[in-house]
Amino acid sequence: MNPMSRLLGWVDARFPLSTVWKEHLAEYYAPKNFNFWYYFGSLAMLVLVIQIVTGIFLTMNYKPDARFAFASVEYIMRDVDYGWLIRYMHSTGASMFFVVVYLHMMRGLMYGSYRKPRELIWILGMAIYLCLMAEAFFGYLLPWGQMSYWGAQVIVSLVDAISPPVALWIRGDYVIADATLNRFFAFHVIALPLVLVILVFLHIVALHEVGSNNPDGIEIKEKKDPATGIPLDGIPFHPYYTVKDIMGVVGFLAVYFGIIFFAPEMGGYFLEDNNFIPADPLKTPPHIAPVWYFTPFYAILRAIPQKQLGVIAMGVAVAIFFLLPWLDRGLVKSIRYRGNLYKVALGLFVLSFLILGYMGTQDPNLWYVNPVSRVCALVYFGFFVLMPIYTRLDKTKPVPERVTG
Amino acid sequence: MKIHSWNKRMVQWGFALLWVLSAPFAFANPAGVKLDHAPIDPSDTASLQRGAQHFMNYCLTCHSAQFARYDLLTRIGLTEEQIKKNLILTDAKIADYMTVVLNPKDAKAWFGVPPPDLSVEARVRGADWLYTYLRSFYRDDQRDSGWNNLVFRQVAMPHVLYELQGEQELKTEEGKPGEHHAATLVLTKPGKLSPKEYDQFTADLVNYLVFMAEPMQQTRIRIGYGVMIFLALAFVITRALKHEYWKDVH
Repeated sequence: MNPMSRLLGWVDARFPLSTVWKEHLAEYYAPKNFNFWYYFGSLAMLVLVIQIVTGIFLTMNYKPDARFAFASVEYIMRDVDYGWLIRYMHSTGASMFFVVVYLHMMRGLMYGSYRKPRELIWILGMAIYLCLMAEAFFGYLLPWGQMSYWGAQVIVSLVDAISPPVALWIRGDYVIADATLNRFFAFHVIALPLVLVILVFLHIVALHEVGSNNPDGIEIKEKKDPATGIPLDGIPFHPYYTVKDIMGVVGFLAVYFGIIFFAPEMGGYFLEDNNFIPADPLKTPPHIAPVWYFTPFYAILRAIPQKQLGVIAMGVAVAIFFLLPWLDRGLVKSIRYRGNLYKVALGLFVLSFLILGYMGTQDPNLWYVNPVSRVCALVYFGFFVLMPIYTRLDKTKPVPERVTG
Repeated sequence: MKIHSWNKRMVQWGFALLWVLSAPFAFANPAGVKLDHAPIDPSDTASLQRGAQHFMNYCLTCHSAQFARYDLLTRIGLTEEQIKKNLILTDAKIADYMTVVLNPKDAKAWFGVPPPDLSVEARVRGADWLYTYLRSFYRDDQRDSGWNNLVFRQVAMPHVLYELQGEQELKTEEGKPGEHHAATLVLTKPGKLSPKEYDQFTADLVNYLVFMAEPMQQTRIRIGYGVMIFLALAFVITRALKHEYWKDVH
């Protein structure tokens, strides 16, 4: 026996290394018909790693102190060797995390990946999404620019509309202040990343228990080779999907680094212009807009004239995703075999989400912002509330026995 | 493998969605004044050096650039000797930050508001805004400073560069009340520079302000090309690898 296999034997007697390798990679059978939409799960993990690593290096020079925070970010941008690169990787990574996660969720909506038996995967995924939103919110305060400050002020004022003592407890002061910056830093660099990593682990454990869905929305485990017990439409994750995902990673990195090197502010959407002004508690900017990934929900909030109701609507707009596995009464999972009702509903939902996102960046005093936001909010909620009806009425097509390429 | 028509459409949708999500939209200028395009070239070191000189002479007396160090100017082709001799007008050292002696309290008393730090101002306002702003001062007797600005209404800053530009007056066309675009600035008293020279002066200054706001911009773009070429090659290789492995999947 050669030394390597002896070492492996030694480890295997003490830790299930070979078993884990086999169960989760070499003998984890994934459907062979994954398409473009199936890259975003592994890409989300890649972005998580990028955010953690760049975050660690940023923490080495960032100062969570209201007097020095803004200056320390500029110090990173100017005086730290390649600090600008690390900072742009982190700021672009935050936006790309949401791009990737939104596309990953879109995949779930199209192919019914949240349906039985994958309800828990979906719920864990939604928990990851919530956690990510909190992580992004806390992180956005740290550069201590005007948008950091006033964005946080607006979001915490939403809590204030429901319960002032809770808002005071969150801020640790009567306004966003040094105490707030310190605790947000603590949440951003350790508390939420830990929760995020644990949730991602659980998300994958749950996925590997039931196996991946696919664009046809059929269960490959129902058709196994009687001799080997391997699904007929399954291929081992490694090497097939590892090499495929490596290609996906390179494609993603081209977009990601394209933004970092050629348009790091992304026209004011990834790094807002006003956030290059240091936070000034005495000067409210005329127009406060959150970063693009929150704007659909922000538009829903603003669309409702009464503030408490607006906050509740915004909360429901996010939370309602959790109910998706039980709202969908369709006979088939994949959009390929659904009827026109679901296709139209999903199309309208995506459109309303994008328009809401745009409206959330716009000045609410413009005449069209509130009326359009209201119509889109109705469509948004209609997608979920009416789902049990239109998915049942929908004329579905017959689902094939085996996956279709 | 048979390509499902849905697959194709999904891929197209995917790209469309990605594009929509990441499309940069231009922000409208709130004042409603049409901004002139700033004719700047960030790779023109001569222009940047002139701009740095203008900045030290005219801006750095009231406005600080507290996140920028003087040795930053070595990036635009100046030697430390040149910087010390020609550009540091105070007793500052080469590695010092560009601060000003102006007391913020005095500044507030004199101007009503302390002059903003200019380190990253170009990232807040954009080059076109700065270029238009610096050329849009006009005489206004209603104002304490005697000056107003078409881009930044009721601006606290007086026209520091009036000796160079001269004096402009606001002419509004009769019969069209409330129309911003009808307002034009007319040079009533020429300055030391001709309008063309003043435009060049402003462009150089704005070029420098843009450089100072993100000093590694040129490095960033240069490295970017290398990274893109590397990733393009890596994509070709990883794609070939994927196809090699996937040959036997039917």
